[in-house]
Amino acid sequence: MSQYSAFGLLRGAFNGQKHWQPAWRDPEPKAHYDIIIIGGGGHGLATAYYLAKVHGLKNIAVLEKGWIGGGNTGRNTTIVRSNYRLKPLHDLFEFGLKMWEHLSDDLNYNVMFSPRGAMFLGHSDADMTKLAERGDAMRCDGIDADLMTRAEVAKLEPLLDMSRDARFPIDGALIQRRGGTARHDAVAWGYARAADSLGVDIIQKCEVTGFVRDGAAVVGVETTRGRIGAGRVGICVAGNSGHVAGLAGLQLPVESQTLQAMVTEGVKPMINSVIMSQSLHCYISQSDKGGVVFGGDPDNWPSYAQRGNSKVMEGAVAQGLALVPALSRLRMVRTWSGVTDMSFDGAPIIGETPVKNLYLNGGWCYGGFKATPASGWTYAHTLATGTPHALNAPFALDRFERGATIDETGSGPMPNSR
Amino acid sequence: MLQFTCPHCGPRAQAEFVYERTVDSVVALDASPEDAMRTLFTRNNPRGVDDEIWRHTYGCRAWMVVTRHRVTNEISTIRAVGPEALA
Repeated sequence: MSQYSAFGLLRGAFNGQKHWQPAWRDPEPKAHYDIIIIGGGGHGLATAYYLAKVHGLKNIAVLEKGWIGGGNTGRNTTIVRSNYRLKPLHDLFEFGLKMWEHLSDDLNYNVMFSPRGAMFLGHSDADMTKLAERGDAMRCDGIDADLMTRAEVAKLEPLLDMSRDARFPIDGALIQRRGGTARHDAVAWGYARAADSLGVDIIQKCEVTGFVRDGAAVVGVETTRGRIGAGRVGICVAGNSGHVAGLAGLQLPVESQTLQAMVTEGVKPMINSVIMSQSLHCYISQSDKGGVVFGGDPDNWPSYAQRGNSKVMEGAVAQGLALVPALSRLRMVRTWSGVTDMSFDGAPIIGETPVKNLYLNGGWCYGGFKATPASGWTYAHTLATGTPHALNAPFALDRFERGATIDETGSGPMPNSR
Repeated sequence: MLQFTCPHCGPRAQAEFVYERTVDSVVALDASPEDAMRTLFTRNNPRGVDDEIWRHTYGCRAWMVVTRHRVTNEISTIRAVGPEALA
């Protein structure tokens, strides 16, 4: 695998750019792998990469039912941040954020990580109190957080409606300046290329249809491309977690719901940071191509359809227009939906399952993209050693029966109230 | 948007309805702690048909059981909720 570099690009310029090769192979599945990862999204590909790179394993496959990065990895709003309130979430997401800062160098692939600042607006005294509380919690754990005044918010984002009679008047904000966005497709492709170069087999159009058992243990998978044996199997399928775990007879604390997002036509720079809100479920950022990306609430009812309800989209657009009235001049060019596996405390599940040799990484709700490197790192550790990494130990599947939930919003076991 | 046929009000837009939970996740009052935990915290979550409890919140406010396919969104039945409907 040749390294990408500015010099290589320059050399290609004198050769009609004819030197480009496919970034990863398209291998036939082998009869047996030491570790099989089900799901070729960012998390699954990252897991395979760290299994090969950090743990030195060579006989690994990633099985993807469609094409890599075609699920939630390509359907999110690309926001990267670690501004949570609870310590286990701080530890995991901050570990991930530090990895984002060097990810392009590590993968030799430009993931276009852009730490432009992740800002949560406050619309009332109560909002500002909650934001200050969150900022305090972050700073106690060594994560950057700054409260912003109205004037500072107006300076950073001149197009926000800062008038006192705005639909959602802005009192200030909490910003994590190290947060931002990345290019989500590049994350999948970068991890895929890097994992492939270390010998990982990435097998697309290969859907898992069942598990092969030897007594209580899983020893392989049945797929649309035949039976494949495995030492350990890791589920990493986001919205389809419940479905795939169901093939092994497991019921998960997960319900699959729809989350929608949308993008406008490309325009000159108008949104400088990632704008979010303490009261609203609306998040706005501008891609490097110029499109203004925004999203809103989950649809709040179970669905695997990858298409959503127009009412929810209308709500997100109404909130976005109220915050940034200039958006009303733009045409929306695309909307799409992903299937999110909403866990019952809002936090992910990474660890072993009651079935021997079968592991689970899921339940990321609507917040998995930002965790891609940390998720892969900790899941690789779990799959390689059979025991959780310190960072994912709190996110074990059995935490619900132990009463050790990680409930950031304090809303209890109702995914549709998050 | 889906159209739900409320057993009381007839066909209405989905916007008037709110999803609650699946039928099999209603915790029985005499459930053991293990059963209560399983019922409260786990779901079949099928990539297919399930029985769901919805409420006509912005209409007659009645509860109902909707049997719906979660990929095609096809609604096979909508029943009023009562002791016999949940049986």
